[in-house]
Formats: sequence, structure tokens, C-alpha cells
Amino acid sequence: MGLELLNTLILSLLVVVAVLSLWVRDLVVSAVVFGIYSFLMCLLWAEMGAVDVAFTEATVGAGASTVVLIATVFNLRRKSKD
Amino acid sequence: MKRVALLLVLCVGLLLAWAARDFPTWGDPSSPASASPVSSHFIANTGVDTEVPNMVTAVLADYRGFDTMLETVVVFIAGLAVVSILRGGPNRRTRDREFVVESEPDLIVTNTVRLIVPVIQIFAFYVLAHGHVSPGGGFQGGVAMGASFILIALSWDLKTALSRFPIERCFTVAALGILIYAGIGLFSMLLGGEFLDYAHLSKFLPVSPEMARYHAMLGVEIGVGFTVTAIVFALYASLSTDGRMRDGL
Repeated sequence: MGLELLNTLILSLLVVVAVLSLWVRDLVVSAVVFGIYSFLMCLLWAEMGAVDVAFTEATVGAGASTVVLIATVFNLRRKSKD
Repeated sequence: MKRVALLLVLCVGLLLAWAARDFPTWGDPSSPASASPVSSHFIANTGVDTEVPNMVTAVLADYRGFDTMLETVVVFIAGLAVVSILRGGPNRRTRDREFVVESEPDLIVTNTVRLIVPVIQIFAFYVLAHGHVSPGGGFQGGVAMGASFILIALSWDLKTALSRFPIERCFTVAALGILIYAGIGLFSMLLGGEFLDYAHLSKFLPVSPEMARYHAMLGVEIGVGFTVTAIVFALYASLSTDGRMRDGL
């Protein structure tokens, strides 16, 4: 029961964060929110027992790709038009 | 146009949600993935064949070693492509940036990073070396190692990080990683096996064929770690400077 509740919480947060990362106009904020998305995915994998996948998601998804996205935004206009 | 796109996205979303009802429940032993003879073969034989406790690593680095080798090659080519596309090009973009970083490296940040980077690097080695015993492996350890160099670049500047790990050396190290991986494969071929058939390395190493597979898995993970470390850092260095390799974040 506790796990079900946690899963539901993580999955509904995932939907909110996914929509939010497209919604915000500031691309840096969008990249950070996308990092939160990766971290929630990592929690979900770990909770399902796929620790190897969770580890990869935490390092690559939440760590490296957020940094790479922000480094890319640094060379673009920060505000998105749509 | 936006409304049409929204409608389409909603339709596809509903369709996917509807299709998800067909999925087996989590942990269902009769789901196709769990019931297939391949899974039960790996579960029954990994410990016998390779003496590796972490089944995921055994499948990744041994049973499907060819797949992982070419995955590493993909990482290498992707890094090479990004760096060469951003570096080349006749019309140098000298667009004005919205925010320019000209501040001195912050005392508190640099000293914290000074303390934290060795810990990250030792943890990366641990993850790499323990990949076949506990969760982890070459990809994760490599990214953690690359991230420590990114941290140096973020807290001092890119010049400091590049003086420790020049971009040319990045590609030497990345290629070396693939050479280590393919070299272990070729070496087992020389000893009479097939490509990446690590069990034949027992003719060279003073261990049983099972332990030879165990040690060869560590070897190929080290190769993967080399490539991923170098490419993660090269990607950051190239993307944060628009290919110029100076005045980065």
C-alpha cells in the first residue's frame, strides 16, 4: 500500500514536471526542471529494483545532460518564444 | 496550428494510456520478458558461467559484449561529431551573449570543489571497479569521472580544466578506451576463442575460465569508462563555448 502511494505520487509529479518543463519560457529553468524529471525517473527505477538503470539515470540524466543543456543555453537566447 | 498540435498530442496520449492497459503488471512472472527462455538461461547460468554476482553487468559486458562495444563506439562518434561540427564552419558566430562571465573564481566555491573532487573521483573508480559486484560499471563511473572535470571547469574556468585534460587528449583517451575493449576481444581471438569470448583468456591469466570472464569484464568496463569520461568532458567543453574552447561558463 505504501509503495502504491509512493508510485502514484512519483508518477503524478512526473506528469506535472514534464508539462512544466515545456511550459516555462526561461530555458535555464526548463533545463533544471528536466533534471528534476530525470531524478524522479531515477527514483522510480530504484523503487522498482532496477538499480543499475537508476544509477545510469541519476548520473547521465540528472547530472551530465542537465549540465550539457545549460551549457548549450549559455550560447543561445535564454528566453524561448513559444 | 498550436491547437491542432495540442489535439494530436492529447489523442496520442490517450491512445498510449489505453495501450498501457495491455502491459503485464509489475513483477509478473508470466510476463513475456520474464517467461522467455533467454531470461531464465541468464538467471540460471550467470553465476555458473562467469562468477559475476551482478547479472546486469554479466549480460552487458559478456553475453552481449559486442553490443556494448559498439555502444561505446557510438558514444565516441557522437562526441567526435559534436566537437568537429561546432569547431569547424566558415562563419564564426560572434553573437552577443546575454550574460558574460568575467568574475574571479569564488573562494568558497573553489575550496569546496577542491575538497569534493577527489571524493567524486575515488567514488567513480569504486563504481567502475565494483561494476560487476554491485550496481554500476563503466558508463556510470565514466560519467562521474567526467563530471568531476566539469565541476573544475564550472568553479574555476574552462582554461583550468582544459589545462588538466586538454581536448586533444580527450580523444586520445576515448580512442584508447575502445582499443582496450576491442583489444581484449581480439586477444581472446588470438588465444583460440571467438571475438570477445573471454573464457579463453584463462590460457593467459592464471585463473579458471569463469574467473577469466570475471576479470575480462572489469577490463572492458575500464575501456568503457575511459571513453565515457573523455567524451562527457569534451561535450561540455565544446557545447559551453560554442566550439571555441575558451571563455566558457
